[in-house]
Amino acid sequence: MAASALETQKLCKSFGALTVADNIDFRLEPGARHALIGPNGAGKTTFVNMLTGALAPSSGRILLGGEDITKVSQAARVRRGLGRTFQITTLFRKLPVLDNVALGIAERDGVARRMWKPASRHAAIIDEAMALLGTLGLTADARIKVEDLPYGRQRLVEIAIALGLKPKVLLLDEPAAGVPSQDSGHVLDVLASLPADIAILIIEHDMDLVFRFARRITVLVQGQVLVEGTPEQIAADRRVRDVYLGEATHA
Amino acid sequence: MSGYTSDPRIRWTELLPWAAAIAFFFAMPEYLSLGARILIYILFALSLDLILGYAGIITLGHSAFFGLGAYTAGVLGAKYGVTDPFLQLIAAAAMAALLGISTGAVILRTKALTLLMLTLAITSILLEIANKATWLTGGADGLSGVKTDPILGLFKFDIFGKTAFIYCLIALFLGWLLVRRLIYSPYGAMLTGIRENTARMHAVGAPVYWRLVLIYTLSATMAGVAGALLTQVNQFVGLNVLGLEPSGDLLVMLILGGVGRLYGAFVGPVVYLIAQDYLAKQYPEYWYFGIGVLLIVVVLFARGGILGLFDPWLQALSRRRSSARALAR
Repeated sequence: MAASALETQKLCKSFGALTVADNIDFRLEPGARHALIGPNGAGKTTFVNMLTGALAPSSGRILLGGEDITKVSQAARVRRGLGRTFQITTLFRKLPVLDNVALGIAERDGVARRMWKPASRHAAIIDEAMALLGTLGLTADARIKVEDLPYGRQRLVEIAIALGLKPKVLLLDEPAAGVPSQDSGHVLDVLASLPADIAILIIEHDMDLVFRFARRITVLVQGQVLVEGTPEQIAADRRVRDVYLGEATHA
Repeated sequence: MSGYTSDPRIRWTELLPWAAAIAFFFAMPEYLSLGARILIYILFALSLDLILGYAGIITLGHSAFFGLGAYTAGVLGAKYGVTDPFLQLIAAAAMAALLGISTGAVILRTKALTLLMLTLAITSILLEIANKATWLTGGADGLSGVKTDPILGLFKFDIFGKTAFIYCLIALFLGWLLVRRLIYSPYGAMLTGIRENTARMHAVGAPVYWRLVLIYTLSATMAGVAGALLTQVNQFVGLNVLGLEPSGDLLVMLILGGVGRLYGAFVGPVVYLIAQDYLAKQYPEYWYFGIGVLLIVVVLFARGGILGLFDPWLQALSRRRSSARALAR
């Protein structure tokens, strides 16, 4: 069996008596377009935080490209190719868009430690950042401060930073959260055009987006994997309808 | 002002402090000792701006490094016969760097109030040591009779402070070059990133902790040099270089001038120390009152410090210039 891009084995997390992740076995294949869904409180965020290293699991293992990264720090996981975006926009708000992306690229390239040559003379970093902004349709915004951008564009900057790190695995935590519906189409276009070799796990509430984007879906309920399958299987699964989609129609 | 989108070329306004310093040297020879003190505090404030203004490390303990540098130069010059000015500086820098890396490695794992209290604790401990180790430091009486050779064997420290002023000016100039270089570099941009959003820096893979330890150590080294300069100029070290008070004074100076803008570290000490000099002569008992009023006015009406007052004017100027450039095309 080929190595998975990202894998968890019997991953558990409990806070006292409360179990929020219960023996999660999960596999993300190379180049996957995988969605993680589940009702509020299902443990999605906890799961993602364990994947990125923000939260230590109580037990179980996490493998990135076949290597055990359970004890590896958050920053070191990023350097090994695990990128993420944040559900709540986490950007350098007072810095221009270009700097937001360039800071990440400079870290990946090992330029960030350099202390002598002015940052704005590191042409390779700036060119790469501009090219990346170009692919996301952000060229005109490069010199605008993030806090002056409309929210939908800020979500794109979030994706741009993650892409600048050239991740092998990308975790998208509700990339369309809070984006007005007329702009969410643009976010979807961007997601659809992401490089095919990146394995992507998307956590999203917008079912429309999930079913258009994902080729596999995992449903998490009360810290456990309820079912995993193709969008068609998930849509047809009665248990999923009961606990999740059914609930959604009531809401 | 740092980062990947800023122009690193030196603007004409950045030459003003140096022109002013040289003009001061010729115009006010009777105030050169005060002038040298101001230059030393500018260097000290620059070192604080590097960690506070750029990296966002809050501290009330920066005097620990200043004081250690001052006492290192003092003890060497008064007790151990090491009177070469550069040797004293290098030793002070090395001691401050050592203290910076060893304490930084511990306390920079914390942040906010915990960090503030730990920095304060460190300088307070050093103050107590300096107070008790009278055989080495002279304790509360201070350490007098610090000897420093003429610089390069040529320029003796004179009673008018001419040598001291030029010596400190050169040291400050070198320090400024270094800091300016650093803040425009990728490292400087990265520090701004840590200040603006630490979680985001972690998420792009930056080893934030080590980066902070390194800049903290560099800043400590600069502060140590500033302290040694003060000893060499005064030929004396007192307990007032350690503890909360000099740290607080420094913080007030930087806030007065403007935090995180490089030249705030120049304006603050000039205003503070001249005001202190004037007020202490006029109202020897109440001079702190005047400083307090000054700080309140700045914090209420000029949130970016004194330099921040010029921001709208500078922005208008750069807008006019860029539109002029656009027209020229």
